[in-house]
Amino acid sequence: MSFSVYTMFIYTQPVVVASQTSADPVMGKMIWQERNCSACHQLYGLGGFLGPDLTNVYSATGKGPLYIKVFVRSGTTVMPSFDLSDKELEHLAAFLAHVDASGKADPKTFKRNVSGTIEPQ
Amino acid sequence: MLVEPLNHNRVDARKWLILSGLVLFLTGMLFGITGSLQYILPGLLKTYLSFEKTRPLHVTSVVFWILFTATGSVLIYLREYTGRKVIADWVSRLQLGLFVLAVLLILSSYVLGIFGGREYWEFPPVLAILLAAGWILFIVQVTGSIKTLKHQPVYIWMWLTGAFGFLFTFSESYLWTLPYFGKDIVRDMTVQWKSYGSLVGSWNMLVYGVGIYLMEKISQDKSYACSPMAFTLFFLGLFNLMFNWSHHIYTLPVNPNIRHIGYLVSMTELFILGRLIYKWKDSMTAARKNKHSLPYRFLMIADAWIFINLFLAILISVPAINVYTHGTHITVAHVMGTTIGINTMLLLAVSFDLLSDTCQSLEPYRPRILRATWLVNASLLIFLTSLFLAGVQRARWQMSIETIPFGQMMKNLMPYFIAFAISGGLMFVAFSIIVYPLLRNTLACLVRSRERPVGEGLEPVIYKSNDYADQNFPI
Repeated sequence: MSFSVYTMFIYTQPVVVASQTSADPVMGKMIWQERNCSACHQLYGLGGFLGPDLTNVYSATGKGPLYIKVFVRSGTTVMPSFDLSDKELEHLAAFLAHVDASGKADPKTFKRNVSGTIEPQ
Repeated sequence: MLVEPLNHNRVDARKWLILSGLVLFLTGMLFGITGSLQYILPGLLKTYLSFEKTRPLHVTSVVFWILFTATGSVLIYLREYTGRKVIADWVSRLQLGLFVLAVLLILSSYVLGIFGGREYWEFPPVLAILLAAGWILFIVQVTGSIKTLKHQPVYIWMWLTGAFGFLFTFSESYLWTLPYFGKDIVRDMTVQWKSYGSLVGSWNMLVYGVGIYLMEKISQDKSYACSPMAFTLFFLGLFNLMFNWSHHIYTLPVNPNIRHIGYLVSMTELFILGRLIYKWKDSMTAARKNKHSLPYRFLMIADAWIFINLFLAILISVPAINVYTHGTHITVAHVMGTTIGINTMLLLAVSFDLLSDTCQSLEPYRPRILRATWLVNASLLIFLTSLFLAGVQRARWQMSIETIPFGQMMKNLMPYFIAFAISGGLMFVAFSIIVYPLLRNTLACLVRSRERPVGEGLEPVIYKSNDYADQNFPI
């Protein structure tokens, strides 16, 4: 019973409304999954460890949508280049914009209390 | 219903599940070694088998090692426990067929670069239907074998909980395919890690259940599995299975109550830790008494790793500590520690109980198996220590204000990655030495069954030398 109540509580938490752009964050999320980006990259510290966390790459200083598109297209020594169309890159960037708008992943932004709890600052 | 004596020589679908599990275990380690080499040799196999392929190949193989072997051993032990065959063999054959088909298609899709799922279930979602269908057949066999819940030992409850819990949480992990769950990243990730936390708890119920059953079988002491303490720990485990998962998402922008509930519930694990310390002396006495039994040796190794991993799990469940360790290799150390140190050791204990000494004596292999267990433990210790230290370095990087670039931080971690790769390679060698006699014995059973006419396979075992094998349990 308590498990069912808790489950419904989890399922009905409020969400961040996605920004209105011509690109579709949901399509971008599917590209993220179909290319298995989470094997190497994290969102909110969850995912792989070979590449950096990309939760806030969209708004990070010196980074942003162009940076994302260039890296995906060209790859790096470790990362393969992905042959995505311009539209697909727009969708992927829109997904990362949606993730970025949802919150901050930087652990430094949390206040750590003596009780062992944490609070976002 | 037909009552047929159990035959340890026959390699039926249930044993094939365990056998396939062992093959997946070795396969998974090979992919793991490849992945670890890609950490220290950037760009290795980038064109044909890049890291986004090797990681799911490794993880899926190992997850299926657990699922295959746990379900196979539960089904065999259920027949031992009930002393009769209740469900027709074709059901387990069909389950095996669906599982094998699922894993072949999934691993092939990874090699071809066809994904579509999410972390840990990266394969296209349609393939999940095969696994779910096989699992439903497993549930049919488990529930069909248990006629009543009255006066059942704790492992029966654990197997039932694990069987139904897995199906529920596995289905829940696919809620993202519905737009309501999939379109928002925070809701999606919250439900994803809620389901994953409980899903791991579900297969742990199966694995720990077979561990308790095997312990009872070796010790011939049936009192523990029906004791109030066993059920207290079972309900505590169930409570944690349902509510102790939010340490995965402490840093997500979620309702603070989700963090508080996870934190409070995780602290109930201190009771289990305290009991482990309290019972340590008894465990050591029993270990000395049963040191000649290989299955018991693996159970004891698992016991030691449970202590270390539980301590780490409790620590990283404290949000103020988790904020440092989250997203670092300390989390990987915890996952690897539980998968190798606990699940694998328990499943190897079960494999030695069920797949050794039936058609070919284990004795010639015993000295090298014992040496290999030492090598496994020493390698695992180095493996986990290197991950832990890499995690500490990464945590310092994450929390420092003046950060160096990510690539430079990864270069600084190279010594730990080298230690991790070497110890991983040594573990593969040691586990191969351990698993080899089991595969060889099963091969001997297969050859024997082909050489003899139908019906002769029901004779008693010849080589079953474990001291508990001829007591009470039908052979």
